[in-house]
Amino acid sequence: MKKLMLAAVASLTATAAVAQDLEICVEGAYPPFSETTAAGEVVGFDIDIANALCNEMGMSCEMVKTDWDGIIPALLEDKCDAIIASMSITEERRQVIDFSEKYYQTPAVFVAADGAYADSAAETLSGAVVGVQRGTIHQDFMEGEYPDVELRLYGTQDEAYLDLTAGRVDVLMADSEAMASGFLATEAGEGYSMFGEAFAIPEYHGDGAGIGVRQEDTELRDDFSAAITAIRASGEYDAIAANYFDYNIYGSD
Amino acid sequence: MIWLSVDTSGALPMRVDLVWENIDLFVEGVWLTVQLTGLALIIGFCIALPFGIARARNVRYLSPAIRTYVYAFRGTPLLIQLFLIYYGLGQFEAVRDSIFWAYLRSPWWCALLAFSLNSGAYATEIIRGAVATTPKGQIEAAMALGLRKWQVYALVVIPSALRRALPQYGNEVVFMLHGSSIASIITIQDILGAGRTLNARYYLAYEGFLTAAILYMAITLACVLAFRGLERHYLRHLAPR
Repeated sequence: MKKLMLAAVASLTATAAVAQDLEICVEGAYPPFSETTAAGEVVGFDIDIANALCNEMGMSCEMVKTDWDGIIPALLEDKCDAIIASMSITEERRQVIDFSEKYYQTPAVFVAADGAYADSAAETLSGAVVGVQRGTIHQDFMEGEYPDVELRLYGTQDEAYLDLTAGRVDVLMADSEAMASGFLATEAGEGYSMFGEAFAIPEYHGDGAGIGVRQEDTELRDDFSAAITAIRASGEYDAIAANYFDYNIYGSD
Repeated sequence: MIWLSVDTSGALPMRVDLVWENIDLFVEGVWLTVQLTGLALIIGFCIALPFGIARARNVRYLSPAIRTYVYAFRGTPLLIQLFLIYYGLGQFEAVRDSIFWAYLRSPWWCALLAFSLNSGAYATEIIRGAVATTPKGQIEAAMALGLRKWQVYALVVIPSALRRALPQYGNEVVFMLHGSSIASIITIQDILGAGRTLNARYYLAYEGFLTAAILYMAITLACVLAFRGLERHYLRHLAPR
């Protein structure tokens, strides 16, 4: 397996010669969370967060680039000690590995024409025509929390974008990353923007992305969770996130 | 049927309980399907009656224009017609600024427009055929009674043609009913839309689509029986003795 040394964080450079405390499996093909540069370096939000967490825990870390398909086996076979690769916390995965608390959760957001709505309160959107993809968590969320809107169900997100630009729906509700890269960053998305709250409610939206560890490493798991809380409190988390996203990537507390 | 039991504790093949939980989706779906199909057939028939007669009489200028309309709508899939009307027209700013946008904005009106024009085209051909094949003897008899030309049409040709068109038109009704299922792709929650929602939400392809299929079959059966009754009544003179 191709291993890759990343420059250790600044505070550790002086003693970089010592053995690594932790090896972390990263992925490298999921921009902007992790991507491989032309030089073969893995960079991105996941990697910056990994470095910040290691720094916070006072450990030196080595990033191990691992294919997504083999990333859980790599952890179980001791090829690395943790997975920081935008891995969503799911019940299925919980049966094999353990997770820290989430370190981000692409929230669900509303998008509408610039300035069309002041906020995303249920009263503000009452009577609006809202488009969602059929059968998604977003449909459940809208039906549960916004009973007074007129809901339109689309087979694909692209059809929903078409109808927003045509003016058939007033508002779309979908995953923030999907909207940001799939619509707002494109030419068709000009004049539209996210507004109101960014939603990440476990009941509707799941548990977000966590750091995967072996089930017996409960101490490491708790250390990661504590470190996530610490870098969020210190403002370091927000500083990193600001380099990649112009909205709240952590989601609801 | 024991396998249709609502007990889901074992490895039973059907989650009938989830269909039942979402039964209101299907009830609304049936209403929307019946409403759209019924209105489209009525409007289509209103288009087809004058158009069909004009075609059968080969009215100058009008007849070629109608033929073009019929070719266009019978020559292309209903799905494409719906896409062109819904997504196609909506892309033009001129359309969006026009007074028609109030209607074209709505998926329901777009579906009704597409279905009506489509049904109109098929029904035009049915009526044209029926009018054109009116037995000469009927017309001669009517003229021999001293009826005027419009009276011949109103009292003899049209009633006779509509009777003979009944079996074919019954086919068109069933065809339109099934064709209406594509309304679900433009966000209309018809019967198929309800089935698709079940499929997307629970990954229950079988349950959702089978329920939809059974509902379509039930409505089809009702249509078939209704037309059988109409035929028995209006085509009694053609029945074998």
